[in-house]
Amino acid sequence: MANDAVVEVRDVRFALGGRPIFAGLDFQVRRGRITAIMGPSGAGKTTLLKLITAQNFPDTGVVRVFGRDLATLSTREIYAVRKRMGMLFQNGALLTDMDVFENVAFPAREHSNLPEAVLRKLVLTKLQAVGLRGAAALMPAELSGGMARRVALARAIVMDPEVLIYDEPFVGLDPISLGVILRLIKHMNAALGITSIVVSHDVQELSSIADDSYLLSGGRIAASGTPAQLRASDSPAVRQFMTGGADGPVPFHYPAADYATQLFGTDPP
Amino acid sequence: MTGGRSSYPLDAIRRLGSVALFLGRLLLQCVPALARPHLVVLQIYNAGARSLIIIMLSGLFVGMVLGLQRELAPVITALLFAGRAGTALTSEIGLMRATDQLTAMEIMAVDPLRYVAAPRFLGGVIAMPLLVAIFSVIGLFGAQLIGVQLMGVDKGVFWSQTQSSVGLHDISEGLVKSLVFGIACSLIAVYEGYNATPTAAGVGLATTRTVVASSVMTLLLDYVLTAEFL
Repeated sequence: MANDAVVEVRDVRFALGGRPIFAGLDFQVRRGRITAIMGPSGAGKTTLLKLITAQNFPDTGVVRVFGRDLATLSTREIYAVRKRMGMLFQNGALLTDMDVFENVAFPAREHSNLPEAVLRKLVLTKLQAVGLRGAAALMPAELSGGMARRVALARAIVMDPEVLIYDEPFVGLDPISLGVILRLIKHMNAALGITSIVVSHDVQELSSIADDSYLLSGGRIAASGTPAQLRASDSPAVRQFMTGGADGPVPFHYPAADYATQLFGTDPP
Repeated sequence: MTGGRSSYPLDAIRRLGSVALFLGRLLLQCVPALARPHLVVLQIYNAGARSLIIIMLSGLFVGMVLGLQRELAPVITALLFAGRAGTALTSEIGLMRATDQLTAMEIMAVDPLRYVAAPRFLGGVIAMPLLVAIFSVIGLFGAQLIGVQLMGVDKGVFWSQTQSSVGLHDISEGLVKSLVFGIACSLIAVYEGYNATPTAAGVGLATTRTVVASSVMTLLLDYVLTAEFL
């Protein structure tokens, strides 16, 4: 495959508690681009992130990050790979016993011996980038959901990662915060040359920023291409997801016994 | 309510094995954790200083009721420690797990076992003997209060009797017990929090388990140690 692939997933099969999540998953993330991974709830988006960040390993198949097969690495090597990544968690996952400044400083304090004055400048620069330099002294409990996510973003970029992973970055945000996050993802990608992986089910938002898109469904990539190509797809599964159809290949009804029989018959309820 | 088919003894053995493995990994991380003394000191403060009031009050009352039951100091201190500091440890670590803070650390290439678990474990282990010592001293004071001030025992007699009935053996036994209880209670609290199911119910359950397991373990170990020592 192309040499500019930062993340490569090849024929990955993975089951969790006996339930198959992925049945032959193939895709790649190219350097410097914003790659959207979309899919309905339960399609395995979060599990996929766990595979990419070496929290889980595939049953068969290969996950390669920066050209290295994660399953063959020692814990130390995995940590070395992770230092080149940043991840934005859905709820921010800020450390609740530290203020905003210390949260952003945390990875730098752990992984470098920067003098305090340099560290301070570094943290303030990153907070300025997300517009929260003025919030440096606040505690995480004092932040709104959108602000917490921006602080988490500042923390994720403090060590200048090559790849930034966003897990459902738009969930539960008001329109203004959502606009801010969208702009930041685009900006981080362009200004810092970071490769971005955005996992989400918000089709509209993702379509406006993604360079490449993958649609995850039934344990595989159901469709891929630019957002425009995905919208033009004639596959019923892709169409249902992209247009938000209530019924279709993903049925409205959870599998159940026959309705009439259950209401009027003798079957147990 | 998971895995309805597993049997109780098998579960218990599996659990014991899992705790033992956890202790091994924890001890490995204790050395690098000591390189960051401020984290350990903070946890000694959390587990020790913040338990002082309840330990001192209980020491006073137990001393007042039982006179010189030195034997009881480590046990009662450990039971109170489980209720005061152990629950705080478990719920704090459990909530960090539930809110992805531990996962976030792992992704930031920081081992949460080293940064979160080991300092708290060490803090508890160091705080327990100190608390037991304070408990004993306050207990003596309580006994003196009742014996001398209230019941009119001669002050000189009280202290000379106390002095002659306490040997070095009593002190060393108390120290060993408090260390063992400190290790057991801190290990249980940190383990339960670290392995809590990441939900509100899961953290609640883990906290309950900390109190129950620590109490049972303390009483059991007290019997074993007393039988060994005496």
